[in-house]
Amino acid sequence: MAAQQKTSLWEKHKVFEKNSIILLIGILIAVSIGGLVEIVPLFYLKSTIETVQGMRPYTPLELMGRNVYIREGCYLCHSQMIRPMRDEIERYGHYSLAAESKYDHPFQWGSKRTGPDLARVGGKYSDAWHVEHLKNPRSVVPASVMPAYPFLAENRLDDRNIRAHLLTNQELGVPYTEEDLQKARTDLYTQINPDSESVDDFLKRYPKAVVRDFDGDPTKLTEMDAVVAYLQMLGTLVDFSLYDNKAYLR
Amino acid sequence: MAVPKRSSLTYEEIGFTAFLSVLALLCFIFWGKAPEAIVRFHGAIGCIGALAAVIVILRTAAGRDHPEVIPQEINGKPNYNFGVVKFCTIAAMFWGIAGFAVGDIIAWQLSFPELNLGLPWTSFGRLRPLHTSAVIFAFGGNVLIGTSLYVVQRTSRARLPGSIWPWFVVLGYNAFIVIAGTGYLFGVTQSKEYAEPEWYADLWLTVVWVAYLAIFIGTLMKRKEDHIYVANWFYMAFIVTIAMLHLVNNATLPVSFAGGKSYIAWSGVQDAMVQWWYGHNAVGFFLTAGFLAIMYYFVPKRAERPVYSYRLSIVHFWALIFIYIWAGPHHLHYTALPQWTATLGMTFSIILWMPSWGGMINGLMTLSGAWDKLRTDPVLRMLVVSVAFYGMSTFEGPLMSVRAVNSLSHYTDWTIGHVHSGALGWVAYISFGALYCLVPWLWHKKELYSLKLVSWHFWISTIGIVFYISAMWVSGIMQGLMWRAYDSLGFLQYSFVETVEAMHPFYVIRAIGGFMFLVGGLIMAYNMWMTIRSGVPIEAEEAKPALVPAE
Repeated sequence: MAAQQKTSLWEKHKVFEKNSIILLIGILIAVSIGGLVEIVPLFYLKSTIETVQGMRPYTPLELMGRNVYIREGCYLCHSQMIRPMRDEIERYGHYSLAAESKYDHPFQWGSKRTGPDLARVGGKYSDAWHVEHLKNPRSVVPASVMPAYPFLAENRLDDRNIRAHLLTNQELGVPYTEEDLQKARTDLYTQINPDSESVDDFLKRYPKAVVRDFDGDPTKLTEMDAVVAYLQMLGTLVDFSLYDNKAYLR
Repeated sequence: MAVPKRSSLTYEEIGFTAFLSVLALLCFIFWGKAPEAIVRFHGAIGCIGALAAVIVILRTAAGRDHPEVIPQEINGKPNYNFGVVKFCTIAAMFWGIAGFAVGDIIAWQLSFPELNLGLPWTSFGRLRPLHTSAVIFAFGGNVLIGTSLYVVQRTSRARLPGSIWPWFVVLGYNAFIVIAGTGYLFGVTQSKEYAEPEWYADLWLTVVWVAYLAIFIGTLMKRKEDHIYVANWFYMAFIVTIAMLHLVNNATLPVSFAGGKSYIAWSGVQDAMVQWWYGHNAVGFFLTAGFLAIMYYFVPKRAERPVYSYRLSIVHFWALIFIYIWAGPHHLHYTALPQWTATLGMTFSIILWMPSWGGMINGLMTLSGAWDKLRTDPVLRMLVVSVAFYGMSTFEGPLMSVRAVNSLSHYTDWTIGHVHSGALGWVAYISFGALYCLVPWLWHKKELYSLKLVSWHFWISTIGIVFYISAMWVSGIMQGLMWRAYDSLGFLQYSFVETVEAMHPFYVIRAIGGFMFLVGGLIMAYNMWMTIRSGVPIEAEEAKPALVPAE
């Protein structure tokens, strides 16, 4: 009797073996469940949508620098996610918070550290060091295996669609204001010109942004300006002396 | 060119002519309007390709009075469509060599960074996605599409539906590869690992993939066999799940209508989770389920034994596809992802060990009573060793997903070693085995040109794999330990760059291992070429006595 029941289960499976559409539906159900359970709650849970003081959208220059970072595949060798372990915190700084990448479309946590983590590289080195390092990494770190990027200093930054870049981010939920969109192009050039009249207005909308001629060449806006501006702001927005890390404990 | 009469066109031809004309127009807009030169180039390729296809369709139709009816059977045997399979076989070999070569180049770049040449299109960051996409999607993808179209026809005893559809799938898929690959070199990327192609390439792949699913299911529906063979379940899971993953992970908003830059809809934690849900299941469904389908057809065929256990294959199938999809979060231990999600990912990764090994046992035990063939048949040896590598890397995977182990292994070369034991040992070897089987079958040859060369290929690349993975184990574990080492005064013992220096010898060994794997691939390409060109045809063998009159 028991044996018969067992075979009947195998018999029942034949409905999948004999009908391609039922098999297709069965597969769809089987492969949907895991993703739904793991992904959907992340859009609602407190710990993944926490608001942390200091977080702001990228300035137009930082955003374009980030796009160069993505274009060159920097994320393949540099993570931006500090794990809460003693050695990582001592080496790189406070562990990364979910909120610190909430405006990152897409995220840049990375998966491999052929080079060091960059989540808090902002402010650790001078602009001149970054420029020299990007042009020829081995001139400042002799044992480095990083590729050289001398062309970044030559390439003018493509500023044609800058407003559209901010607008696209706004449509995806990044809180750029109408004013940010309108002034996108001005902001791009303001950030490399500390003498500009619009600096105060720019800094009011983008607190803690660094206004400097990043690449040492004030005559033009290069990709080097953008990348260094991006690197110099990484991990600098949240003030950890004010951050309450118990707020989200349950 | 003579205009074909309406009556000489099939509905399929009319439909494709209309679709390709619209496509050509869209591509033409990209050609003219895109801000980036490389996207204009992609527009040009698409426009010219689509127009060329329209011309071919119309010319074929113009040269006849009535649409040809392709016979579904000839002399009582199914009239299979193997042209597309032949194409995929050759394309797979070509992309395989290209992918292995780029992989080895970037391995040397990590050993000697001057090899990056300081140029944008030769630097590691742009070549690495080229390598991963070339081996996974170009090599692996052509193997999967080729073998699936072969297996589904054979096991259904039915011809693929349509005459343009199958060609649309294989040519369209390879066009996607060209667009993705050239895009990477010129900096068009979404930066999502294994999903780097930008939005327009993703849309194109979606169209091709739906057509692929349609001809696959279409063949199953026409089948003359009562049951759908187990390999086809795995192929179907691969096709359907990849479609789902592709659509969700690549949800994106372009900056401009014809531009090559977009922003991913998800951000931060949610994007990380979606990405690794995609990323791990690209491994689970592209690199595992699809290749398990190959195992379920080619191992029994080559060993001339039935699959060990039909019931085990049912359990294997449902358990594998249900559990795999949960495993993604193990890529995000100790990150800003909530701990419960990572724990869930880890738990399912460990459970996944069981169906994985169930499948391995089902594949290996299929050789019961035929183990002696391993001595004489190097192709079967390759297939069996691939299943053994599958067993090894599906044990290593769950191990590395354990939070404590992952704290050491994550971000290091151990991951790279693990990936390659699976990719070289399992995916590439089962593909090599399948291609070695397919070439004589497709081109009607008695046997391969040289089994001895298969043996050479096997041994050279196996030694290469051992070099590769052991170098990465050592360098990965060493680097992980160096990062967390403290001196007696309680300071971090090593600076980051000291750990980079320490890895140099292992990077050289890895590059040598990769080179051996590439040499093996070249031997295989030669062997396949010679089989197609000068292998002994099956018919000639039968007709031999009549063909040897003395001169």
